[in-house]
Amino acid sequence: MLLLLLPAAAPADLCGTGSPGLGSSPPVLLLPQPGPEEFGAPGVASARSAAEEAAGPGEAEEDGAEHHHHHGGGFRVVQWEWNYVQTPYIIAIWLLVASVAKILFHFSQRFTTVVPESCMLILLGLVLGGIVLIANKKQLYQLDPALFFLFLLPTIVGDAGYFMPARLFFDNLGAILTYAVVGTLWNAFCTGFCLYAAKLLGIIGHHVQADLMDFLLFGALISAVDPVAVLAVFEEVHVNETLFIIVFGESLLNDAVTVVLYKVYISFVEVGGANVLTADYFKGVASFLIVSIGGTLVGLVFAVILGFVTRFTKKVRIIEPLFVFLLVYLAYLTAELFSLSAILSMTFCGIGANKYVEANISQKSRTTIKYTMKNLASIAETIIFIFLGISAVDKSKWAWDTGLVSCTLVFIFVFRAMGVVGQTWVLNRFRLVPLDKIDQVVMSYGGLRGAVAFALVVLLDGEQVKAKDYFVATTIVVVFFTVMFQGLTIKPLVKWLKVPRATNRKPTINEEIHERAFDHILTAVEDIAGLQGYHHWRDKWEQFDRNYLSKLLLRKSVYRKSELWEAYQKINIRDAISVIDQVGPSKKSIYLSIYISKKNFHLTLFATVLLVCSRRENGSGVCLDLQVIDNVPGSKVVEDMETHHVLAGNLYKPRKRSHYSRHFMPLGEKERQDREVFQRNMRIRMETYKSSRHKRHKKERSMKKVRQIHMSVVTKKNFQAALDVCQSPSAAPSSPPTEDSHLPWKGGVGLPPPCVSVEATKIIPVDLQQAWNQSISSLESVSSPPASTEPVHPRVSALSRLGGPRPASYTAPSTTVSSTTSIGAPAPQSSFCFPEKKKKKMQEEEEEEEEPGASQEMQPLMLPVRPPGLLPPPSPPLPPPGPGRRRNPCVYLRSLVAAPPPASGDLHSRRPTQL
Amino acid sequence: MGSRASTLLREEEIEEIKKETGFSHSQITRLYSRFTSLDKGENGTLREDQVNFRGFMRTLAHFRPVEDNEKNKNPPTTEPLNSRTNKLLFAFRLYDLDRDDKISRDELLQVLRMMVGVNISDEQLGSIADRTIQEADQNGDNCISFQEFMKVLEKVDVEQKMSIRFLH
Repeated sequence: MLLLLLPAAAPADLCGTGSPGLGSSPPVLLLPQPGPEEFGAPGVASARSAAEEAAGPGEAEEDGAEHHHHHGGGFRVVQWEWNYVQTPYIIAIWLLVASVAKILFHFSQRFTTVVPESCMLILLGLVLGGIVLIANKKQLYQLDPALFFLFLLPTIVGDAGYFMPARLFFDNLGAILTYAVVGTLWNAFCTGFCLYAAKLLGIIGHHVQADLMDFLLFGALISAVDPVAVLAVFEEVHVNETLFIIVFGESLLNDAVTVVLYKVYISFVEVGGANVLTADYFKGVASFLIVSIGGTLVGLVFAVILGFVTRFTKKVRIIEPLFVFLLVYLAYLTAELFSLSAILSMTFCGIGANKYVEANISQKSRTTIKYTMKNLASIAETIIFIFLGISAVDKSKWAWDTGLVSCTLVFIFVFRAMGVVGQTWVLNRFRLVPLDKIDQVVMSYGGLRGAVAFALVVLLDGEQVKAKDYFVATTIVVVFFTVMFQGLTIKPLVKWLKVPRATNRKPTINEEIHERAFDHILTAVEDIAGLQGYHHWRDKWEQFDRNYLSKLLLRKSVYRKSELWEAYQKINIRDAISVIDQVGPSKKSIYLSIYISKKNFHLTLFATVLLVCSRRENGSGVCLDLQVIDNVPGSKVVEDMETHHVLAGNLYKPRKRSHYSRHFMPLGEKERQDREVFQRNMRIRMETYKSSRHKRHKKERSMKKVRQIHMSVVTKKNFQAALDVCQSPSAAPSSPPTEDSHLPWKGGVGLPPPCVSVEATKIIPVDLQQAWNQSISSLESVSSPPASTEPVHPRVSALSRLGGPRPASYTAPSTTVSSTTSIGAPAPQSSFCFPEKKKKKMQEEEEEEEEPGASQEMQPLMLPVRPPGLLPPPSPPLPPPGPGRRRNPCVYLRSLVAAPPPASGDLHSRRPTQL
Repeated sequence: MGSRASTLLREEEIEEIKKETGFSHSQITRLYSRFTSLDKGENGTLREDQVNFRGFMRTLAHFRPVEDNEKNKNPPTTEPLNSRTNKLLFAFRLYDLDRDDKISRDELLQVLRMMVGVNISDEQLGSIADRTIQEADQNGDNCISFQEFMKVLEKVDVEQKMSIRFLH
């Protein structure tokens, strides 16, 4: 199939090369001033396609036949409009070919682990190029430098810059800069001079007409390590992060050196080596400073703009990703415009903006950006390597000189190794963690050359540089050798040398906290020791960032958030997702067994798991087995507590209301379900809260009088407590066996009372509360503070059974629990009114998350459904939320469990400061 | 040492410190001048805790990077101050405010509060602390012992992350 597509694509050669970039970087369409190549290409292409058809119509049999159908006049039912669709059609076909090729590569798992994808793509390019050559007798395609620099390279660099691990990058910035600047200069000069020496010695043939300047120029363009090749190869090798960031960072930052050297030499070649004045060398140095620093500054300016713009996209979330692509790309183009280092500009724009943009934009936009960037970069990379392969198959380009090729290969390898060893020796005197020999070997070996060198060499002016064809051929060989041979062998080499590999491990909360603490400690120690080292400046920067930059570039709501809290939430969500994944999301109903023994914190996950379940399973039949295995010292009985189908009824499909808007993402059905479930659970929680309150007051009043508590005022705390959905599974054990038959998940079987450990109850409610709360907040992206910690009261009764004998009347309140938790029972006997404060807060949340109608949707469910017969007694006075008030349940809980008052004192101290 | 310490460092003292901490001679003299500049009272000790220069150096020695030749050398009789365990112990003691060899929730909360500033509510901080302790806690006492502390950080490159570069 690929081969059939190829002839169809053949007629538009330049177009084919020119267009994938167009396709792969959509922002360019919006540019006011596209490069002339972009529009020039189709014209050239069509002209050439016409010529092709005239010259050899046999090449595209199928197409050609249809082509000539419509030479008559008059109306035709079916029209063949090839010229009209030609350009986009060929782009699409090329992308398709490249993507299908990728699929084919990855069919064989064993094969792809050995052979890097870049090698395969180059081979494919060679094959395709061969076919085109055979069909056309002439190579039509080659990697067009303008296309490469304007479209393909930025997509890759943009991706690399935006997702650059900033901390790691700046930790190693010294080494990266040294290798990028000193190393590249060293490589360029040494390669150039030595090639010239080889020429003088006669190793390189006489037909290579080049003098010192030509060789220096060639040395400059061949010496730079190529980011595309490095990324392609190293991403599959998985060496440790430090090693990767050094090689990759070098390949990005050496762009400034390459650009300047290239331009300087071009101008020197133009005026002739003899006419170069001393002042010109200084100009070269000045030019380097301007190009590199200017490029960086342009990037940082655009980073600030980008961060600032995304502050205000609250209402138009849908175009957030567009801003990122546009501004990062504009950073690249602007740098090109002033002939500064575009790669530097783009890299720093990405690194700089990432933190603020990611904090400002919504989760969906984040995902969109991530996948689109990776997608584009992957496409661009594929096209680059395929076209490298295709470009190689061109008789007209091949001007082979064995001496030049072999000398170049040897020199670049030798000087790379020497440069790395020399610089590392110097660097290790200053580095905290020295780079050892193995690292140096990998770094030397990882000096891959790639498409940048090829594009630069193709750009050379054949008039000025007589030996251009030789250089082109040599560059192709060098690129192929480094990408294919070194790319193939680097994996075994890394394995053989036992280079420490990257671990794809996400930090735990402990590591997050303690590593932050380490940073603080080190800053303090540097201060004490009177050193102004790295940590000193990092701390200074962080202060500046916090005081000025973040204030300017982050939304107010985001600025108030804490990074640690974000990290904590992320970890919880991740854990929950991994739990779900282990169970297997494909099942219609999930049976989760969560063992809560010593590891209480699994319960933290539980709430989040519920959320993820309901999200993924579309709410259909999520069943949970909550097994609490308890090993309290002293308690001999270990009871399994099973809660079936807790949420089966809760997670149902609500009525669909579909509305379409181009500007807003409609709320997914799942989300609506989540919300509805959330509301239900709130209601249930209200009930249980009520019942527990009821219990509490029981001691004070006559129990029988109080059947219901009407909560006309719901404090914020209560509302938050209502979020605790997990309470409902855990509520089950609290119901006495006699009431169990009412519970849908008990199926009429009276279970023996479970045992719940003291520890578990101390921790679990808080955890559930928090976890659920933050899972909700992740769901709704609520930026509000989490729920106040309030123990879940049904536990209390379970505990109380543990604690000692209870009056029989004690079990009575669970009637309300069971009746209201039974799903579909229409009449929860309480009313729920939104307190003003809460309402306001919710509105804020909605403003933040552009979910209009959420409160409207929510309120009907919360409206009082009050059976006329059961008019509850007047609500007991609910004190305003306050520290004392909130502590009460804890105290109560503890007193139930352990009775001695010191325990409550302990609890007091555990929550030293309440709101 | 008293007044003597405030004037000059004796050679034998330098030798002792060198042996104990592993700092080089020039590092010790440089840090000594730093010490005297910090020593406002000019009595050879730093203010509150009466830290003398030996103690000062001992503390700083925790943050000396682990060098290659030290790794390969036969393990000395006493563990060097900049070993992984000692680095961790230093960090652990900072958390362990009441010095009972356990990080309680309360202590963790206090340290966290110092670290994160005002952008986070008490409840949030509390839940972070809860989770932190639960993750680390193995014997169920709701505290983090030093063993548990070492265990949770076993995958972290502590040697690197708890080191700073002292000038030669």
